[in-house]
Amino acid sequence: MHSELVISQSDGRPMYLQIMEQIRQRIAVGDWAQGQEIPSIRQLAVTLRVSVITVKRAYLELEREGIIVTQQGKGSIVAPNPRLGTKLYDQELAKHIERIAQLGELLGLTPQDLASRVREAADRLTKEYS
Amino acid sequence: MNDLSVHFEGVSKNYPHFTLNDISLELPTGTIMGLIGANGAGKSTTIRILMGLVHQDQGQVHVLGRAMPQEQAAAKLDIGFVSEDMRLYGSATLAWHMKFVRSIYAQWDQPYAEMLLQRFDLKPPQKIKGLSHGQRVKAALLLALARRPRLLVLDEPTTGLDPVARQEVLGELMAVLADEDRTILFSSHNTLDVEQISDQITFIDRGRIIASDDKEIFLDRWRRLRLVLPPEADLPSLPGVVQVGGSGRLPVLVTNRFDAAMVSACNDAGATVQAVDPMTLEEIFVANVHSRREKQTV
Repeated sequence: MHSELVISQSDGRPMYLQIMEQIRQRIAVGDWAQGQEIPSIRQLAVTLRVSVITVKRAYLELEREGIIVTQQGKGSIVAPNPRLGTKLYDQELAKHIERIAQLGELLGLTPQDLASRVREAADRLTKEYS
Repeated sequence: MNDLSVHFEGVSKNYPHFTLNDISLELPTGTIMGLIGANGAGKSTTIRILMGLVHQDQGQVHVLGRAMPQEQAAAKLDIGFVSEDMRLYGSATLAWHMKFVRSIYAQWDQPYAEMLLQRFDLKPPQKIKGLSHGQRVKAALLLALARRPRLLVLDEPTTGLDPVARQEVLGELMAVLADEDRTILFSSHNTLDVEQISDQITFIDRGRIIASDDKEIFLDRWRRLRLVLPPEADLPSLPGVVQVGGSGRLPVLVTNRFDAAMVSACNDAGATVQAVDPMTLEEIFVANVHSRREKQTV
């Protein structure tokens, strides 16, 4: 699966950043599930034909970001609750809120009207799950 | 167990027209080091001393824990060496060479050798003299790899290879590194190969090591800054600038100690930082050589 990662020599960015970005994407689209084991540093280095130290750096930074977890001697897994997900959803939410505000303006709704509509939607969702 | 596969301490060698000067080098087991230098910089001399083919005038050399050149026979059982000037027997076949090497080294791994034949697209019944340059390099590499040496020493392994063969060779070298107990030292003047697969990089120029570090550290600390100065202003003096180019109000700085503070220092001095470019290993090497040579002549 990890052979899908592609490192470009002509991409101006450092190789470790390219590796980080592609791993984040794999996780964001669900290719690599939470808790799933990911290739060891050496394995990935061999497959991508890049040095061990480059992959190690990418993994260290991803670990610092809370996206993967590395256990000494056991390899690495996708973090059970990768912070990347939250961040992506957060960006998505921000976009939708922006849109709600625009539509509200178009329809001449007050911020209070908008807030209560959002609250109603949230309440419905809570009922569905309870 | 010694976790340095190669250890040079203060190694010197004098020739009438060339001196290898005070070389110190540490290569941890499980890593791959690229030795970069111009032609005649001392790469091959360093490698020959490592192999016990040339004896140093001064300094200590340990390879796989053995003192060189005294214990070279024992060390060489575990070293695979491929160099440009290595000759295989032209009138013998590749199969003959494989049998010959196998008869000497007990660790010879026949299934691996056969897999390499396929990967490198080599035919055992072929005579060496009928092979192309690329095929000869791959044949020599196969003979070294199939012995499963703990240390691989390669002098310019990718020189003269076509792009396909180059990628095949680099791929096999990385495959060796899948095993944490194996170590590779290779020299090259193709910085792209070195940039791609090396963990450690050593720059050598005029018989001296001018820099040796983790690859990521090199790529992180070297930057090219393009500035715009206001009229009549002087270039702010900044620490860690190794080269100043460009002209007049549009200077271009090269630094080997980049950090964010540098950009704010430029801004404080009234200069506008137009761009901060990362540099390729080749650019870093050339800038490094130039700045050292300038210092030497001053």
